[in-house]
Amino acid sequence: MADDQQTAEPVEEKPFKPSSPSSKLNFDGFWEYNDAPQSTDSIEIKDQYDLFIGGEFVAPEKDRYFDSVNPTTEEPLTSFAEATQQDVDKAVKAARKAFTKSWSTLEAKERGKYIFRLARLIQERAREFAILESMDGGKPIRESRDVDVPLAAAHFFYYAGWADKLDYAFPGKKAEPLGVAGQIIPWNFPLLMLAWKIAPALATGNTVVLKPAETTSLTALKFAELCRDAGLPEGVVNIVTGAGQTGSAIVNHDGVDKIAFTGSTEVGKIIKKSLAGTDKRYTLELGGKGPNIIFEDAPVDQAVEGIINAIFFNQGHVCCAGSRLFVQEGIADKVVQKLRDRMETLIVGDPLDKNTDIGAINSEQQYNKINEYLELGVSEGADMYQASCELPEKGYFCRPTLFTNVGQSNRIVQEEIFGPVLTIQTFRTAQEGIDKANNTPYGLAGGVWTDKGSKIFNVSGKIRNGVVWANTYNQFDPTSPFGGYKESGEGREGGLQGLYPYVKLK
Amino acid sequence: MADFTQTVPIDQVGIEERVARLNKRSIKKESKVQALKLALSMVDLTTLAGMDTPGKVRQLCQKAKEPYAGLPELPQVAAVCVYPNMVNVARKALRGTNINIASVATSFPSGMSTLESKLEETRRVVEDGADEVDMVISRGEFLKGNYEYVYDEIASVKEACGEAHLKVILETGELQTYENVRKASDLAMEAGADFIKTSTGKVKPAATQPVTLVMLEAIRDYFYETGRMVGMKPAGGIRKAKQAIQYLVLVRETLGTDWLTPDYFRFGASSLANDLLMQIVKQKTGVYQSADYFSND
Amino acid sequence: MSDRVEVLKTYKTYVGGNFPRTESGRYYKVYDGDDNILANACQCSRKDVRDAVVAARDAVEDWSSRSAYNRGQILYRIAEMLETRKAQFVDELETIGYKSKEAKAEVEAAVDRLIYYAGWSDKYQQVFGSINPVASSHFNFSMPEPMGVVNIWAPEESPLLGLVSVMAPVIVGGNSCIILASEKYPLSAVSFAEVLNSSDVPGGVVNILTGFRDELLEHMTTHMDVNAFFYTDTGISQEDRKQIDENGALNLKRVIRKPVEDWEAEDTQSPYFITDFQETKTTWHPVGF
Repeated sequence: MADDQQTAEPVEEKPFKPSSPSSKLNFDGFWEYNDAPQSTDSIEIKDQYDLFIGGEFVAPEKDRYFDSVNPTTEEPLTSFAEATQQDVDKAVKAARKAFTKSWSTLEAKERGKYIFRLARLIQERAREFAILESMDGGKPIRESRDVDVPLAAAHFFYYAGWADKLDYAFPGKKAEPLGVAGQIIPWNFPLLMLAWKIAPALATGNTVVLKPAETTSLTALKFAELCRDAGLPEGVVNIVTGAGQTGSAIVNHDGVDKIAFTGSTEVGKIIKKSLAGTDKRYTLELGGKGPNIIFEDAPVDQAVEGIINAIFFNQGHVCCAGSRLFVQEGIADKVVQKLRDRMETLIVGDPLDKNTDIGAINSEQQYNKINEYLELGVSEGADMYQASCELPEKGYFCRPTLFTNVGQSNRIVQEEIFGPVLTIQTFRTAQEGIDKANNTPYGLAGGVWTDKGSKIFNVSGKIRNGVVWANTYNQFDPTSPFGGYKESGEGREGGLQGLYPYVKLK
Repeated sequence: MADFTQTVPIDQVGIEERVARLNKRSIKKESKVQALKLALSMVDLTTLAGMDTPGKVRQLCQKAKEPYAGLPELPQVAAVCVYPNMVNVARKALRGTNINIASVATSFPSGMSTLESKLEETRRVVEDGADEVDMVISRGEFLKGNYEYVYDEIASVKEACGEAHLKVILETGELQTYENVRKASDLAMEAGADFIKTSTGKVKPAATQPVTLVMLEAIRDYFYETGRMVGMKPAGGIRKAKQAIQYLVLVRETLGTDWLTPDYFRFGASSLANDLLMQIVKQKTGVYQSADYFSND
Repeated sequence: MSDRVEVLKTYKTYVGGNFPRTESGRYYKVYDGDDNILANACQCSRKDVRDAVVAARDAVEDWSSRSAYNRGQILYRIAEMLETRKAQFVDELETIGYKSKEAKAEVEAAVDRLIYYAGWSDKYQQVFGSINPVASSHFNFSMPEPMGVVNIWAPEESPLLGLVSVMAPVIVGGNSCIILASEKYPLSAVSFAEVLNSSDVPGGVVNILTGFRDELLEHMTTHMDVNAFFYTDTGISQEDRKQIDENGALNLKRVIRKPVEDWEAEDTQSPYFITDFQETKTTWHPVGF
């Protein structure tokens, strides 16, 4: 193994042969993996974090702080400043000043170079970011290390290059920045969502006031350090922490030209309503209830892996999660059997263990919500199956869960649970699959699995989703636009299309 | 006989992503020691060279019996694998041990001879004392779609094996696609293979993890359907303990722990055993090892 | 011989390819340029909106799955039909006060605008779609797709050119629509429905209602089966604007407001009017054997 430089430890003698074989697949007992904890030795977390406004860390006007809990230990990890109306006002003014005085007067290619610097600084401190992300939010280190942080860096790298090439992005038009962008991000991918928001905003010449989610603000404030280290002109990026009220202060601030929000459809609608009658532009990335459609001619083993990845990635705290599985009847039993066996190999536990597949549910509130849905599913008459894995005694952990014997009318099929909970329905014909997939107000993302090329194009064309993963699921890339149809949001993030929400075209 | 003109679809990117993810398992401490020993017990210590001599084979058997004098309690390898004309030599050298003798047969590695001579060769190695026969399939016939021929050939060789276990080498490097690997696996299992094996070691690429995963999944589906456990043997190119542990992870998370025994999983390898030994000693002493301290037979 | 009695046209709506009168039975008076009563127009009700949305929803699947080439040809066909009835439309515009030169200019501009958008039918996807060079082994592309059903308030002025200018980019992109005609000058819209009806435009793709904005604002902007709302008038009150936006929040209806003063200006035709009514769909597929 790569990093086994530690000295010898006394090792317990274990047998090298299992006992007699059983009649079904057996994932227990013989040869368990030992703990493989990620070291946190080099990580420094302060007791308290201030706001980042105008290039400096400043205490909040009202001097109020709130605790952030590590969902694995249920203990407070640190505390963050609660930004009030006055703090937000200060941040917006700092952003406005930076927009008019420095950022908009800077040559585009120089602007790009600052963004490249940010990308590089994230790469340099990647491991630290990954560990903090897992401690603060509960996601497995394997994901924060291999997905969140590298993608965040890639996002800055991608958009940095756009800064001086905007003339090529909008045929026949000239793009101009909007001004100050107010950005509000969720707790499921804290640093990555920050990158999705800040990178295109800066590349197009806007300045930013960003509010991370109250349960996961740590990496945003670490990112603020990077902005300082990168020598980014003061006020170009401002980070204000707080809960809904802070977000609302940003949304309703007159000095903000654009709102970018990622979060629930419920809050998205409130924001859209708050912006009614104003000239503020906005993009919304909201909820989903992603259909994942498996045809009987699919590569079944890869589809099973895709189903697992679709619903259990990041504890199911993914707006584009494939939470509604539709399996063609002929292979439904086989798929469910394989899914159950596959679920037995999922390791639920300490997010900082390198072998953990499913970490902690982000907060007590979310944990309770998921459990309510589990109860609801059972009371709606669905059959619940859960992996038999052990759960840590402390912390907010949830077993990977399947519901079968469900229908379109069940609430667990209709509502976004935002947890490791999958509902399974069957269909007979392609048209039935498509109709069921589209029978929802959401339209963010979905999957189609079939070996037949022409069927992929047909079905993916008919699914009313902003992203269709064909024979794969939950893939992300900075060059690839992401965003929803219908109640899953407005606008796109990522790719060339992701520049559009941050410019006015002349 | 199942309809082998039907293809079980396999997505290359999906298979490779799954392997990449499994490779991220971090195997430490006791679980690592356990894995190293387990892997050692699964090795088919192999010499398959045109220049093999009785002397070479005897030395290999010696290595099989006593892999590392410093740790006499270590498990033995599962088998010694030799050419047909060396079975006698190996039998004598391994007398009184539990180490199996495996012999390649059926005009290994090309398989380019008549069925008659393949059967004759199979009977001969079994008569000479081989416990296990590693046959090669007729890839030419397979690739041109003559599945019935391949099936019948395997079934005939299986019959000729009598009590000996049959490992069927698919030579996956020549089958080119995962779908062919899957089809050949299904065909071999249905025709009676006790083990399916990736490669002869004479064709590149030899064993790879994605190919092995495809075969493990075929074994799993066959088990779901019939309840019969078929063994798996990746062979060729597996030299390092780290790779071996990765293979074990593949097996554990695809087929479960019942397959983690030499009865159902083998490594066809020559230099792997020493790297496993070096890692075992390293785990015991905490000191990185040098090849100078490990016999190279 | 007595003078021939002129046959007057009844002002109807256009829904699902038919010409019904408003279900409400109500009408309002339309005046010509000299304030003489010209006709009785349908004062459509919320139920007319409801029926039109049903027709538009029914039509959109077929329309959006037509080939781009076919949609382009149909738009071109509308232009041909309008060209052949040029005299009628000039005449009608003159009736409401246009000078003949202005009327001719507006009709010709409307024909040209249809041809402009007809030409875009199979090009905007190329200009605004993309192949995205993702880092993994996947083929990844993004294509604009129609939003679905769009409610439109046609401009109050330029009753023909304005109508055509808001309709064409919406339908060329595969959407269906319900258009509330200019309140004051609905005649061109009513006649334009006849053009549509003879132009191979499938019934329900374009639905034209007449009536009062104040009355229909709520129903056109709250309807949960409508994907977007489009208006361009600069004269809409701040209060109405806010209400439109707030109602849009009900189902995240896309509210597209593009204030336009002069529909003959060059920048009032643009492929960006098409993409305003498109959603980007991104599709991933592995690349392997």
